[in-house]
Amino acid sequence: MLHTRLHSPFALKDKFFDLDYTLLFSILMLGVISMFAQYSSSGGQFDYHAKSHTIRFFVFFFLFLAVSFINIRFWNDYSLLIFILLILLLVAVKFFGVQSQGSRRWINLFVFNLQPSELMKVGIILFLSNYYHKISSGDVNKFKYLFYPLMALIIPFMLVLTQPDLGTAILIIISGIVITWLAGVKWRIFAYLSGLLIVLAPVAISLLKPYQKKRILTFLNPDSDPLGAGYQIIQSKIAIGSGGIFGKGFLNGSQAYLNFLPEKHTDFIFTLYSEEFGFVGSAFMIFLYFLITYRIIRIGTITRSIFGKLYCYGFSTAFFAYVAINMSMVLGLLPIVGAPLPILSYGGSSMLAMMFGLGIVMSCNVYKNNAIG
Amino acid sequence: MLSFNSSNIISKTKTISRRMFLLSSFKAVVLIGIFGRLASLQINDSSKYRSLADKNRFRETKIAPPRGIIEDYFGNQLASNNKIYQLHVVPDSTPNIDELFFRLKNIIDISPRKLKLLKKKISKKKSWDTTIVSDNLSWAEFSRVNLFLHELQGLQPTVSVARFYPDSSSSHAIGYVSEISPHDLRTKAYLQNLNIENVEIGKTGLESALDEQMLGSPGYLRYEVNAYGKKVRQVATDKGLKGKTFRTTLDQSVQKLSSEALQNVSGAICVMDIYNGDIISMVSSPNFNPNSFVHGVSHDEWKGLTENRDKPMLNKALSGLYPPGSTIKTLTALSALENDIVNPKLLVKCEGYVDLHGERFHCWKKKGHGIVGMRTALKKSCDVYFYEVSRRLGIDRLSATAKKFGLGEKVLQNYSEEKIGVVPNTKWKKKELGKNWYIGETLHSGIGQGYFLTTPLQLSLMTAQIANGGFKISPRILVDENEEVGNLQRYLNHKNSTPGNVMSADDQIYNFNLQPLFRNQENINLVKDAMFAATNEVGGTSYRSRHKERKFMFAGKTGSSQIKRFTPEQREAEIKQKDITYLERDHAWFVAFAPVQDPRYAISVLVEHGGSGSSAAAPIAKKIIKRVIERHEIRTAQIYKKSGENT
Repeated sequence: MLHTRLHSPFALKDKFFDLDYTLLFSILMLGVISMFAQYSSSGGQFDYHAKSHTIRFFVFFFLFLAVSFINIRFWNDYSLLIFILLILLLVAVKFFGVQSQGSRRWINLFVFNLQPSELMKVGIILFLSNYYHKISSGDVNKFKYLFYPLMALIIPFMLVLTQPDLGTAILIIISGIVITWLAGVKWRIFAYLSGLLIVLAPVAISLLKPYQKKRILTFLNPDSDPLGAGYQIIQSKIAIGSGGIFGKGFLNGSQAYLNFLPEKHTDFIFTLYSEEFGFVGSAFMIFLYFLITYRIIRIGTITRSIFGKLYCYGFSTAFFAYVAINMSMVLGLLPIVGAPLPILSYGGSSMLAMMFGLGIVMSCNVYKNNAIG
Repeated sequence: MLSFNSSNIISKTKTISRRMFLLSSFKAVVLIGIFGRLASLQINDSSKYRSLADKNRFRETKIAPPRGIIEDYFGNQLASNNKIYQLHVVPDSTPNIDELFFRLKNIIDISPRKLKLLKKKISKKKSWDTTIVSDNLSWAEFSRVNLFLHELQGLQPTVSVARFYPDSSSSHAIGYVSEISPHDLRTKAYLQNLNIENVEIGKTGLESALDEQMLGSPGYLRYEVNAYGKKVRQVATDKGLKGKTFRTTLDQSVQKLSSEALQNVSGAICVMDIYNGDIISMVSSPNFNPNSFVHGVSHDEWKGLTENRDKPMLNKALSGLYPPGSTIKTLTALSALENDIVNPKLLVKCEGYVDLHGERFHCWKKKGHGIVGMRTALKKSCDVYFYEVSRRLGIDRLSATAKKFGLGEKVLQNYSEEKIGVVPNTKWKKKELGKNWYIGETLHSGIGQGYFLTTPLQLSLMTAQIANGGFKISPRILVDENEEVGNLQRYLNHKNSTPGNVMSADDQIYNFNLQPLFRNQENINLVKDAMFAATNEVGGTSYRSRHKERKFMFAGKTGSSQIKRFTPEQREAEIKQKDITYLERDHAWFVAFAPVQDPRYAISVLVEHGGSGSSAAAPIAKKIIKRVIERHEIRTAQIYKKSGENT
């Protein structure tokens, strides 16, 4: 009977009432801010960047709504398939990928270049949520049941790291680890693994590209090379600091305008925004991100299924991690690793992954009372 | 099954929720950290980062303000600023720089060597920086470039301002400007703070002395630049403060005439106001074209100037040292009178020579002057008379008088190149040469030969201080607008306002606080009268150069400074100066004051290797004196006018 009610033709109207509007409007608000930021980063004109960013946001916003209305059970059932598909895409990148600036990250889909590693950020959360949903709580710490999650972490991580794309690889593995930890894997196991990691660290470091090593070194002492790798951190701090409390005003960020700011469309979009809108604007943006994270956690608590809970908690943590890493990076608290700011940064795949991921969160809200077998 | 499932869900949910709570707490800590960092950057350190951002985006170029003008007494510009036509190139905006230069070569005259240098210069700069291709084009070339400008993309014809000297007559007095050299930067402190590119600074003369004030304070152009250093827009300009304008005491009209008068000879002319010390004219010949230096003198021209026998770069008026010759006889006579060594009525018989301690001292006139008194001796410039006077006087007394009248020290304070010359005495010789003084040297010194060395400017000062009745004056070449009227000028004003009221010398000194150089003014008058005779009485040395018109009549003393003594054979053969090689001929001197009954001006004329003063120097002085007296009226009308009123 419950089943029939949920699938009745009148349900769609009810589902609209079931959307979390705080979350929805927060996302919309961020989208609008991102359009202004992209417009400003293009030097105050509606050029290719600003235009395609706007179009993408609206297209993916509708995708987000569409995903919201698909039953959470569907996402649970297909998460393994999606994960395998993404692994295959990552392998395909190795062979058919488009190369740009020394790294091979994209697949040419003719309409646009897809970056599967960005989608993998959501894919790994989906897969692991589904996995821990299926196994019983007593099995979580058994060796047999640790093998799959470990593989699910290592394979995409290595595939992305070798593209090379350190930033995305780190974000993927953080998302994965968070889910396994939430699912109840014991601290001890994490301790063993990190011990192993420390032993293997020299090997990993030898795998890093020279520019990646340099970035880490530069982070430790940015003034050692002010015109080289440290330049980005220094200029970003100057831009943010010079914004002051109220900012320099829309389209008036001198650091961005005169090209002192690197990567201002993508990784350093927060710097540009912060320079123009100051502490007040930045605090408002941090509040929006906080609000989104909070609403996702809230959906996680009210949703009934373990899959839904794990997914929401995991995604909220990942989402928060993206924001925190990007902001810490541009504020000079972390080395520059190349992590976009969700929704605000220019980049189709990143936007697609975020909106898709948020769509599943919303689906958890709409279908919060559904039990998944 | 169901119960197992639900208990499984419950235990899972428990774990998940507990761990999520931990995670959320961690998130809160991270959030606070980010927030704190943001606040520290944007609130605490905001001003520091704002100034760093401004340092990033602003660049300043200093610009030289227009250089101060140098005017003559009447406001005519002796050194001014002129529009110049330049060509600038910005490599960024030209499609092909080599092609551009190839085309340009056909339009204006530009040497392959210069092109090569230019290309080297351009390759060192950023591609959007401006380089000067040609800094001083003629109008014809400039308009030709403008005509073909459509073919010369990237070239910018520019109108700028540079130093310009209307004529060369004052080239030594004014000096010239040229590019800053590394040496200038080391030695001139004011340049070190200036820090401007492409500015010309004064190198010699007044241009050098007044350089700091004439440069003004530099302005700046502030640009906003992007991360690559390219200028985006101009933010602010400060034109700076224009350099100070200076008014000199020179009279351009007299300068030009003096310059013309010396056109074909090497020499110098100085004209001085005997009451206030104004230098009315100071020229040296041959001169040079100061405009050549403004944009860098060419190698050939520089070589021509430095290797010239007549040393055009030397300001002979104050850096040229010459024995004063017979012009010193005025001081020899005066010194002897002042020291009561001789009576004006003393008579000496001149037989053309005199023997002393086995050495023979010749008079310039081989046959001798017969019996001469002081007046005749000065009038005819009898050497034997002055041998006798100086023998009695002694070198130390003569030296003291000469120093009193301004020899042996700087006349002006403005010229670093000015020389002080030599006024010899027994102490001097002992100190400088380590030898004792010989009486024979006293005799030579008494007629201005031997160790004596003077500049034409010193001799004009000497003449001026005799002509004004024996009072000290401080010569000057710059008009100080705020200066109080000098004591001597006040005395002169008083004298002019109460004609016929003759004041005794003591009263003059007492009432006007004058500085007398004499003990008894009668002695000065005696010398002046003798000088009158030398020019205006038959038999005087400069009689042929006299002015007959009362207004222009002057009194002068000729002189010739010996370069090489005649051998007895030459003397016997009565060799004329013009028959010996140029460089061995005597320098010709003439000093004078005018007008005779109420003197106002003193003049000294030097003609290098001119032979005799009466034939080479006096006729030149005659011309100049006429012009100076003609301009006396308008000059006095100008006295209380401030500079700039006449321009």
